[in-house]
Amino acid sequence: SMAPVVSTKSKKTLSKTGVKNIVLVDGVRTPFLQSGTTYADLMPHDLARTALQGLLNRTGIPKDAVDYIIYGTVIQEVKTSNVAREAALGAGFSDRIPAHTVTMACISSNQAMTTAVGMIAAGQCDAVVAGGVEFMSDVPIRHSRKMRKTMLSLNKAKTLGARLALLGSIRPAHLAPELPAVAEFSTEETMGHSADRLAAAFGVSRREQDEYALRSHSLAKRAQDEGLLSDVVGFKVPGKDIVSKDNGIRPSSMEQMAKLKPAFVKPHGTVTAANSSYLTDGASAVLIMSEEKALALGYKPKAYLRDFVYVSQDPKDQLLLGPSYATPKVLERSGLKLADIDVFEFHEAFAGQILSNLKAMDSDWFAKTYMGRTSKVGSPPLDKFNLWGGSLSLGHPFGATGCRLVTTVAHRLKKEGGQYGLVAACAAGGQGHAMVIEAYPQ
Amino acid sequence: SVAVKSLGSSEGLKSEKYMQTTFTWTHVNYEIKGDVAVIRISDPNSKVNTLSLQMQKEMTEVMDEVMGNSAIKSVVLISSKPGCFIAGADINMIQACKSTEEVTRLSQEGQKIFEKIEKSPKPIVAAINGSCLGGGLEFAIACQYRVATKSKKTALGTPEVMLGLLPGAGGTQRLPKMIGLPNAFDMMLTGRNIRADKAKKMGLVHQLVDTLGPGLKSPEERTIEYLEEVAIDCARGIVNKKLALTKEMNMMQKIQDHVMSYSFVQNRIYSTVEKKVLKQTKGLYPAPMKIIECVKAGMEQGPDAGYLAESQNFGKLAMTPESKALVGLYHGQVACKKNRFGVPEKEVKTLAILGAGLIGAGIAQVTVEKSINTILKDITEEALNQGQHQVYKGLNDKTKKKSITSFERDSILSNLTGQLDYSGFEKADMVIEAVFEDLAIKHKVLKEVEAVIPPNCVFASNTAALAIKDIAAASKRPEKVVGMHYFSPVDKMQLLEIITTDKTSKDTTASAVALGLKQGKVVIVVGDGPGFYTTRCLAPMLAEAVRVLQEGVDPKKLDSLTTGFGFPVGAATLADELGIDVAAHMAENLGKAFGSRFGGGNLELLKTMVAKGFKGRKSGKGFYIYQSEPKPKDINPELKEIVESYKMMPNPAVSSDSDVQYRLISRFVNEAVLCLQEGILTNPVEGDIGAVFGLGFPPFLGGPFRFVDNFGADKLVEKMKTFEEVFGNQFTPCQLLLDHAKDPSRKFHN
Repeated sequence: SMAPVVSTKSKKTLSKTGVKNIVLVDGVRTPFLQSGTTYADLMPHDLARTALQGLLNRTGIPKDAVDYIIYGTVIQEVKTSNVAREAALGAGFSDRIPAHTVTMACISSNQAMTTAVGMIAAGQCDAVVAGGVEFMSDVPIRHSRKMRKTMLSLNKAKTLGARLALLGSIRPAHLAPELPAVAEFSTEETMGHSADRLAAAFGVSRREQDEYALRSHSLAKRAQDEGLLSDVVGFKVPGKDIVSKDNGIRPSSMEQMAKLKPAFVKPHGTVTAANSSYLTDGASAVLIMSEEKALALGYKPKAYLRDFVYVSQDPKDQLLLGPSYATPKVLERSGLKLADIDVFEFHEAFAGQILSNLKAMDSDWFAKTYMGRTSKVGSPPLDKFNLWGGSLSLGHPFGATGCRLVTTVAHRLKKEGGQYGLVAACAAGGQGHAMVIEAYPQ
Repeated sequence: SVAVKSLGSSEGLKSEKYMQTTFTWTHVNYEIKGDVAVIRISDPNSKVNTLSLQMQKEMTEVMDEVMGNSAIKSVVLISSKPGCFIAGADINMIQACKSTEEVTRLSQEGQKIFEKIEKSPKPIVAAINGSCLGGGLEFAIACQYRVATKSKKTALGTPEVMLGLLPGAGGTQRLPKMIGLPNAFDMMLTGRNIRADKAKKMGLVHQLVDTLGPGLKSPEERTIEYLEEVAIDCARGIVNKKLALTKEMNMMQKIQDHVMSYSFVQNRIYSTVEKKVLKQTKGLYPAPMKIIECVKAGMEQGPDAGYLAESQNFGKLAMTPESKALVGLYHGQVACKKNRFGVPEKEVKTLAILGAGLIGAGIAQVTVEKSINTILKDITEEALNQGQHQVYKGLNDKTKKKSITSFERDSILSNLTGQLDYSGFEKADMVIEAVFEDLAIKHKVLKEVEAVIPPNCVFASNTAALAIKDIAAASKRPEKVVGMHYFSPVDKMQLLEIITTDKTSKDTTASAVALGLKQGKVVIVVGDGPGFYTTRCLAPMLAEAVRVLQEGVDPKKLDSLTTGFGFPVGAATLADELGIDVAAHMAENLGKAFGSRFGGGNLELLKTMVAKGFKGRKSGKGFYIYQSEPKPKDINPELKEIVESYKMMPNPAVSSDSDVQYRLISRFVNEAVLCLQEGILTNPVEGDIGAVFGLGFPPFLGGPFRFVDNFGADKLVEKMKTFEEVFGNQFTPCQLLLDHAKDPSRKFHN
């Protein structure tokens, strides 16, 4: 452990009188795999089910001791639109436990967790499971709108003649499928394109981005090799081998990375496949309880979940700046300073996005001009920042990343002997989130 | 002024020796970044860069210095002005010339400068952000490589034709080679602006650069910096041969280029384009034919002949009355885009519109587009529904043309509230009523509105003919009452005629003008009186048109006579578009106000048409029949019978085609001059702008006042006197016109 717990902090604890202490009992996740690999033939609820079973095994909680289950997901499988319920039933939880699914792009499982916190704080529940799942190996590809309209009319057509007339109206163009949009609905811009523009706006060079990506992969590799990624639970994939490791961690060299062509802004862009997060399959789950309940059940909680904020900005030019807006806001809410934070876990959508956020947080001009603040919050020191890798290297199953971040903060606080951790993430739609986490006293 | 030349500030050579320069540059400076010279242009005296004499002189000096410096391997040309690369040649520079030869020389000098650019051994990259028009575009296409930002302000084009000119600095020679004959003709003959993405597709620019959002500097500043960085990389890439200068062509383009290389294909294009131009211009505009001539000369006889034809034709065109008239309109338009009444005390943030008809909904559309909260009120759900649909359709058409996204459309529409009651009017800063043209109804709504609006709210009346003071008579606060006469279709017609009464306060006028300008209108402000300015000019011409019909000329012939004179829409079609009922109503009202001077055609003819339901396009029948076809041009067969019952015998002395044209035009022009004489108009400029942009007065004539100046007041008076003898006081020239006829040195425009 690095820093001794001495009271150099602005606050000794974030516990408030009259406010329930809410704790993270534990968190787990499936290995995160590049989409199209070993999980390819599964369905999203299979992954979510595995994470839930992993949580049951890890915590030993009775299958009926949970009051509620919430899952976050982004690209929904139409057959299991409330994936939380399907996964809970499949995981063997009592069928008396209600479950719902939330969506908020890349902060969907953060939303699942804070919804749980809200339910507990409101006194409606004592123990809630929150999680997230994303399955990019299979996505709903639809018929075109015109074709769908014809097919729906076909159901209503009464006579053979009417049916034939409808079938005759089908044109080759109607047969072109409709892929789920990877672009922002409001601006029609892909996220990678926006990230490239963001990097250019903040003057982040290609080299800086490649260096950051390399750092992420190297740190992830080390964490994996040293067995620090203890939130990962093994998964026996039906008909395939047991999967027990993330498979996207690949530290490369600067030379290799420099060879790649820009992926979005051609030919002069800086965002490449190597300095971006990749399409990932995976699921995560956490068990959240009121402190009394956790203690009553005999648990030793891992961390307190404290203040959190959601922010949103212009989805065109500030799509990925959520962390810059959310960080000072959540710190202010907690009464903490940036220096009080021992562990930072930021979601890494793109190396360029992370570096742009670091620069934005370090700029008085940006703070004054765009955030209406008197001064900058400051840039998190890199020696406390994403030390076990991040979304760039570990993978980023959109709906599942939030729980990974929170669990990692809890584990790192324990391992590094820190007291306060901060999670921050950006999300499509120009939204963002941050949460302060406090280590549970040893 | 001080030398603003800056040197190698951030990287590369910081050699002191270049500091020795003796030149003092104010418009152009350069910085050396490694082996690349970045030439930055910025006119210190203007919001836009133009290729003025000073700019050209400094550019030549800077270029010479850059070319002479062996450490410099390539050049980037960029503007430091946000939103403008180079907006074109300096019009005043051309206007200052006294002879064809002088203008030809200007053109040849420009050609020479750009030839040097084109043949430069060091590659020059034009980095374009904002308007790149006319001479600016010719400059850019002489460069070896072009990078442009995707900014909405980035526009490439050759608008010279709209000023009766042609691209006179190599444009007619380089464009066809660069983007092919069809695209080059399209650009040069329409003068339209090409957006960045289209320019890339056409091969007009090589690379596009995204606009940037907030970063560590303002988005505009950083975007220009980013453009410069990319352009520098391109310049180095060209030198290192990493970037190819030949455009990548797909199979289709290769085939097209090959086909175009055959002279019979080219000839086919020339003849098709010539025919189209003649059909559209009726031979009244010389510039388009000259553009074709120059292109042809270059393609058929080689560059020397091409450039010579270009410079000579440029000189000739600059001296034509058509060009002078169009340039005059350009200046007038610029003048009418300013608010001479100052900044209003309160900006209009909420506008309420009464009446969701064509005009009301049109006003709503151009208002919501500017993010102003807009209440659209009508009295029936059906009318409201139709109005709201019109706004939606207007915006959705823009989505289909991809000028806005569907999201932007929805977001714009969120500014619109449709309703049947007066809720929310307590927050309105201005109310524009566009209800039926009936004084009693106008009074009724004025009273209803004044009961609910706050004290500082302006009440504007959209009327084509009712005097504003008559409407204001019912008001408790006449100083807040003003007229705002919009033209249909509001989203397409550029003019807004604002009418002030003796009691209208200056702030009220300022507020109305400010709103009009925000809506993108060209605004004229005129005095009150029946028909104000525009309707008053139109009414006598339409009265004459009715007489012409009564004399046995059919609507098609009448239309061809008017369009043959240069009106974009024929008189009969115009009446159908306006609505025969509206025309009749207008004629009756103005007839009452002005008496026999507004007579001529028999008003009963129009009234009979209305009685039979022939109200023009909106009712499906007027002078023509309108079916679902977009271009219906069959004369209403039942019209003949009506005309027959009002038949008049034409007097052969004043009934030739030309006579008919001058009968129509002289009544229009005389009324316009009378409006200036009576003080309805403040100045001839607004008179010309109002007539051209509101009524389609032939643009190449520059408006009624420019027409009198060029045609000669004496000649016009002479013609009118001939007509007067036959028809009487409808053709009596007004005093101001007579004064001008007596003294040929008196002109409306200098």
